[in-house]
Amino acid sequence: MIPEIGQFALVLAVCLSICQAVFPLAGAATGRNDWMMLARSAATGQFVFVAIAYVVLTYAFLNDDFSVLFVANHSNSQLPVAYKFAAVWGGHEGSLLLWSLMLALWTLAVAHGSRSQPLEFSSRVLGVLGIVSAGVLLFTLLTSNPFDRLLPGAIDGADLNPLLQDPAMVAHPPMLYVGYVGLAVPFAFAVAALLTGKLDKNWARWTRPWTIGAWIFLTGGIALGSWWAYYELGWGGWWFWDPVENASFMPWLMATALIHSLAVTERRGIFKSWTVLLAIAAFSLSLLGTFLVRSGVLISVHAFASDPTRGLFILMLLLVISGGALVLYAFRAGNLESEGGFKLVSRESFLLANNILLVVATIAVLFGTLYPLFLDAMGLGQISVGPPYFNMIFLLPMLPLALLLGLGMHSAWQKMVPGALFSRLRWIGIATLVVAIAYPLVSFGSTSVLTIIGLAAGIWVTLSSLIEPISRWFNSRAVRLTRAQWGMFIAHLGVGMFIVGATVTSAFNIESEEAVRSGERWEVAGYEIEFRGLSQVEGPNFMADEGEFELRRDGEFVATLRPQQRQYLVQTNPMTEAAIDDRWYRHIFVALGDPLGDGAWSVRVQYKPMISFIWWGCIVMALGGLLAATDQRYREPVKQRKERKSPGNAAVAQGST
Amino acid sequence: MKRRQQRMLFIGVVCAGMIASAAFLFKALNENLLYYYSPTQVAAGEAPVDRQFRLGGLVAEGSLQQATGAVQINFLVTDNVHSIPVEHYKIPPDLFQEGKGVVVHGTMNADGLFVADNLVAKHDENYMSPEVAESLAEAEARAGN
Repeated sequence: MIPEIGQFALVLAVCLSICQAVFPLAGAATGRNDWMMLARSAATGQFVFVAIAYVVLTYAFLNDDFSVLFVANHSNSQLPVAYKFAAVWGGHEGSLLLWSLMLALWTLAVAHGSRSQPLEFSSRVLGVLGIVSAGVLLFTLLTSNPFDRLLPGAIDGADLNPLLQDPAMVAHPPMLYVGYVGLAVPFAFAVAALLTGKLDKNWARWTRPWTIGAWIFLTGGIALGSWWAYYELGWGGWWFWDPVENASFMPWLMATALIHSLAVTERRGIFKSWTVLLAIAAFSLSLLGTFLVRSGVLISVHAFASDPTRGLFILMLLLVISGGALVLYAFRAGNLESEGGFKLVSRESFLLANNILLVVATIAVLFGTLYPLFLDAMGLGQISVGPPYFNMIFLLPMLPLALLLGLGMHSAWQKMVPGALFSRLRWIGIATLVVAIAYPLVSFGSTSVLTIIGLAAGIWVTLSSLIEPISRWFNSRAVRLTRAQWGMFIAHLGVGMFIVGATVTSAFNIESEEAVRSGERWEVAGYEIEFRGLSQVEGPNFMADEGEFELRRDGEFVATLRPQQRQYLVQTNPMTEAAIDDRWYRHIFVALGDPLGDGAWSVRVQYKPMISFIWWGCIVMALGGLLAATDQRYREPVKQRKERKSPGNAAVAQGST
Repeated sequence: MKRRQQRMLFIGVVCAGMIASAAFLFKALNENLLYYYSPTQVAAGEAPVDRQFRLGGLVAEGSLQQATGAVQINFLVTDNVHSIPVEHYKIPPDLFQEGKGVVVHGTMNADGLFVADNLVAKHDENYMSPEVAESLAEAEARAGN
C-alpha cells in the first residue's frame, strides 16, 4: 500500500509541475497577475509531492520491502542501514527520483529567494524550471518507475553492487546531482531574460550566486568521485577521462566559464549574449551528461544496464529544452546590447580569454567523448579514444589559461597600463621560475620540461593569488578586501594547488607490483615494506583476507597498513580495499592482489607525491566559491530598479514583449 | 583601418584559428584511437600487428593460468568460435573471472600472442559490455552459416 502512495505523489508532482510550467509563462505573456502568482505555490507543492515520493522509496528500502522491484534489485536484508539509505540512488530509477528531488529543491529555493525580483521575471524563471521538472518527472513515471511492483515479492534482495558499498556512495551522487541540476537555475534565468527581452546588471547579480552555488556542489561532487575512484577501484589513478567523468566535467568547465562571464556582465553590463549562451550550454551539457550516463550508450562503472527507449526519451528532452532555448536565443539575442567597451589590456580581455580557452577545452573533450559514439552509431567500427588525447588537448588551452589567470586577477577593469601590471607581477614571475626549476631537482633529483611548465603554471597561480591578500594584511591603511574578492583569491589559490598536485603526482609517482611471501621485505621509493602476514576478518556482509604491511623509512617505523580482499556474501564479487598511509606531502597506497600459489601474493604499492593537493585544491576552490556566493551584495534585497536613462538600457527595454 | 576592414580581419583570424585547431584536434584524435576487434576478426588477420588495439570476448573456461610466484597470468579470450592467447603482467581487476566478459588493451606480437597492458572487466556480475555481446552474437551467426 505504501509504495502506491509514492506512485500517487509522483503523479501529483507531474501535474503540479505542468501547472508550474504553463500558468506562469502564459500569465507573463498575457499580463495576468493571478496566473503568475501561481508559480510559487505550484513550485512548493511540487517539492512536497516529490519529497513524499522520495521518502516513501527510502522507507521501502529501510523496511526491506522486496515486493518493490527496484528495492529487490538493489538492496538486501543484510545491507548496513547507511547503504540502504544510499541504495535509493544505487540504480537508474531511484537516481532519477533523486535528480527530480534536487531540481524541486532548487526550484523551491529560487521560488522563495526571488521575492525581490519583478513578478513577470520570477514567474518566467519558475515556469522554465517547471518545464524541466515536468520533463524529468514524466520520464521517471513513464520509463523508469521506481515503484513498480514485483509480485509475488522476493524473499530477499539481490543486494547493492559491492563497488557501491562505500561511505563515498552516501555523499558523491547527491552532491554531484545538486551541482548538475543546479545549472538549471542559471539556464532558467537566461531563458527568462530572453523572454523578457531585458538583461541588465541586476539580472547578472541575481544569477551569479545561484550559478556559483551549483558550481560549488559540482566541484565537490567531482572531487569526491575522483577521490572515491582513487582509493576504491584499487588502481591508484585519480582521473581516467572515462566518458562519464567527462560528462560531469564538461558542465563544470562551462559553469566555470559562466561564472567569469557573469562577473563581467554584472560589473560592466557587457558580454550579455555570450553569458546567456554559456548558461544554455552549461545546462545542455548537464542534460547531455544525464543522457550519456543513463541511456546505457556508454560502457562505464556508472552505466546501469537499461533499455534504449529511455535513451530516446532523454534525447527528446534534450532536444526540446536545449533546442527550444537556442531557437529563442537566435531570435532574441540581438536585443541584448552592450553598455560599454574596454581596452585590449584590461580585466575584461583576460576574462574573455578565460572564456574562450575554457570553451575550447570543453569542445575538445566533448569531441573526444562523442566521436566513438558517433562512429559506432554510423556502423563505422568500435573505437575508444585513449587518455593521451585528452591529456594533450586539455593541457594545451589550460596552460595559457593559468598564465592569463595571474595577469587577469591583477588587472583593472576597462583599462590597465601594461607597465603597471609588469611591475606588480615581475617578482612573482621570477620566484615562480626559480621554484619550478629548483623544487623537483631538490626533492626528487630529476626534472623534465613538462614538469617545469606544469609546476610553473601551478606556482604562478598560487603566488599571484596569495600576493594581494597578504600585502593588504600587512598594510593597515589598505582598503579591506570584500568577501567576494576573498572568494576569488581563495578559489584561484585552489586552482594553483590543484595544478601543483596534479603535476607532481603525474611526474614522480612510482608504481610497483610484486609477488611477495609472508615475512618478505622490499623497497619502493625509499620506503621499506614488510609483508607481515595474512588474516581472515569478517564484516557485516562480507568476509575478507586482510594483509598486514609495515612501512619503514631509514629503519624507522612509519605506519602499519591493512589492505583487504573482500568477498561479499550475496553478490559474490571479490573487492579490493586498498590501504593508504596519507600524509599531506605524499600517499603510500597498498593494494592486495591475488594469491599466486606457493604462499605468494601479488601486491601493488604506489608512491604518490603531493597527490592530496589535488583534492585539497578542489576543497579550497569550493570554499572560495562559498565566500563569493555569500557576499554582502547578494544578500541585501535588490532595490526596486528605476528605469535608467542610459541609451543601452532603453534599447533593451524596447525589445521587451 | 576602417571598421569594416577591422571586422573582416578579426573574422579571418578567428576562422584560421578554428581551422588550425580542428586540424590539430583530428590529428591528436587519430593518433590515440584504439580500435576494437573480436577474436574471430583477429584470427582472420584483420587486426593490426604494430599498433595497439582492444580485444574483447569471454575469458575461456579453464584457460586462466596463474604463473607460480610471479605477477603474470595467461588466458584465452574467446567468442566461442576462435580463441586468442593473452598474457598480462599486472594484477587483474576484481571482476576478472573465467567465463566472464573482458576487454583487453595491448598489442599482438609476432607469435600470435596478445600482450595486454590493461584489462577491463565489468563492474557488475551480470552486465556484459555491448561490444562483447555483439561480437559473441556475430561469431555465433558466422559459425551457423
